[in-house]
Amino acid sequence: MPPLGRLMVRTALFWLLFGFTLGGLVLANKGLGWWPFLWRFRASHAHILLVGWTVQFSIGVAFWILPRLTGGSRGREGLVRLGYVALNGGVALAFLYDLMVASAEPAVMRFLPLAGGLLYVAALALFISQLWPRVLPLPEVALSSSPGSNSSDSGSSP
Amino acid sequence: MYPQARFFIRTALLWLLAAAIVSGLLLVNQAFGLSPAIAALQPTFYHLLMVGWAAQLIFGVALWMFPAYTKEQPHGDERLGWLLYVSLNLGLLLRVIAEGWLGAGGPIELGWLLVVSAVLQVVAAAVFVYLIWPRIKGRAGPPRRADTTRKA
Repeated sequence: MPPLGRLMVRTALFWLLFGFTLGGLVLANKGLGWWPFLWRFRASHAHILLVGWTVQFSIGVAFWILPRLTGGSRGREGLVRLGYVALNGGVALAFLYDLMVASAEPAVMRFLPLAGGLLYVAALALFISQLWPRVLPLPEVALSSSPGSNSSDSGSSP
Repeated sequence: MYPQARFFIRTALLWLLAAAIVSGLLLVNQAFGLSPAIAALQPTFYHLLMVGWAAQLIFGVALWMFPAYTKEQPHGDERLGWLLYVSLNLGLLLRVIAEGWLGAGGPIELGWLLVVSAVLQVVAAAVFVYLIWPRIKGRAGPPRRADTTRKA
């Protein structure tokens, strides 16, 4: 697994643990009603688990496992890294919004979801632009990649 | 695919079916206004889909396909894999039962089932992270020998 793929998968696992813990607290509060302030984290819990965990994990694995381009390249890693920063920035802003919604200035609170949404769009555009050319039919893969580079179902790292 | 991964993936498919049934109920209820108890199943539906189906499918495929932990234990400690499987599915099942029952006017003490469900699901996430973390490695890192790392 390439270093950038490892970074994305590990960050996704961090969000998985954080999102399940946050969701667990919200669920426990639903059962007991002891900490009503936790209810505000419902939306960011969904963002963390849908975008930070599910989307990031699947993109990290796709970046690792999709057929490589000519010469064994996985595309422009700088752009994927930029997408990584944007995606995680968007998730962090979604959490920050729920954290600050009761106390911060209304102008700031309008800015946070807008910035988070733009970061999501930028991240996904960057990921799609880099993954799209790697969705190749098998004969092209065989001709263009180095030997053994597309072994994707054996549990070994391509 | 090794047997444990098949359990994860087949159970994920069953939760997907359950999610489709609940989703159908929600849509029928939306059209005909049958019962508020059915409308209360909206969060149950989301979690059937995202925990029972999506997360569990990812867990199963990752445990199967990620680089081997060691040559002797390619999928790590399978007992922990079973702990993950049981805590995830029992946690979700308790949520479905308690949320549905509470929505239908069940006793308030059922809220404790939601707490147990929450704990089980957090345990499941933690066990998955523990199992898969050492298997996130590059080609240069050869599978470790079990006797030099951690005990099975």
